[in-house]
Amino acid sequence: MTGPALGRRPDETALAPTRTYVAIWAALLFFLGLTIVVAKVHLVPFGAAANLLIATIKAGLVLTFYMHLRSEGRFLKIMLGVAITALTLIILLTFSDVLFRR
Amino acid sequence: MDETGAPLQTGAAGRERIDELGKRTGMWFFLFTELLFFGGMFLLYSIYRYKFAADFHRAAAAENLVLGSVNTAILLTSSLAMVLAVAAVRRGQIRRSIRLQGATISLGTVFLVIKGIEWGAKISRGIYPNGPTLLSLSKGQIIFFGLYFTMTGLHALHVLIGITAIAFMIRFTTRGVIGADRYSRLENTGLYWHFVDIVWIYLYPLFYLIT
Repeated sequence: MTGPALGRRPDETALAPTRTYVAIWAALLFFLGLTIVVAKVHLVPFGAAANLLIATIKAGLVLTFYMHLRSEGRFLKIMLGVAITALTLIILLTFSDVLFRR
Repeated sequence: MDETGAPLQTGAAGRERIDELGKRTGMWFFLFTELLFFGGMFLLYSIYRYKFAADFHRAAAAENLVLGSVNTAILLTSSLAMVLAVAAVRRGQIRRSIRLQGATISLGTVFLVIKGIEWGAKISRGIYPNGPTLLSLSKGQIIFFGLYFTMTGLHALHVLIGITAIAFMIRFTTRGVIGADRYSRLENTGLYWHFVDIVWIYLYPLFYLIT
């Protein structure tokens, strides 16, 4: 956790320098290129899983840096965790039914 | 008192202090409902993909990978413009922020135009709900295109709402309603825009890359 920047109130998100935002953008475009290669070259087994993993890395970068989750307090992070866990449980429970139907 | 126990202070311009965390929390909670809204459709997609794996692969091969990838790059770039617009306002660079907000709207509009071209190409080939070509396809392919139109359509609607919201933010910024010490509307609009970007980050591999 980074401490509050100079002049930042405790309930404000911490801004990053412009070059950080641009670097994240470059990383996002890199992962976009990587996901196309993974999908088209068929070098990697489990291509679909690899592409979903890459999508999750991209989403994580957007959440952490563009949505400033990096400087948010524990409260919002836990709430986001609850929302994602709820969605994951819904998907797992549904599949636990669908996969074992006869 | 705010969550840190610090007493209320007045802002830089002597205005009453704004509860920034409270305003962001409201937006995040709305985004959680959006997550479950899109999540339901992602669940449907995964189940039908499991049941009709071969059909999904065949149908996805008909998607235009170039247009889909260009659109992904455009939306990622629009997110950069949006976060820079928020940062600019907070640093007091009002004109720069207005230009960046305008850039975000332009990129979002290009995204919608390309999406329209993709939909148009499908519709002219008879691939639309109840369309002649679509009905001649296998059950799994019909479901794939049904999910495609529903999910990309609802996503495009979100992009359109985002563009409209940013247009209002440009007006607020021009009039000084949004400024260096009063920016939560713009920041929340940014959160919404980034969320819509994240939804596309997942839609893109599911519809364009699973061949």
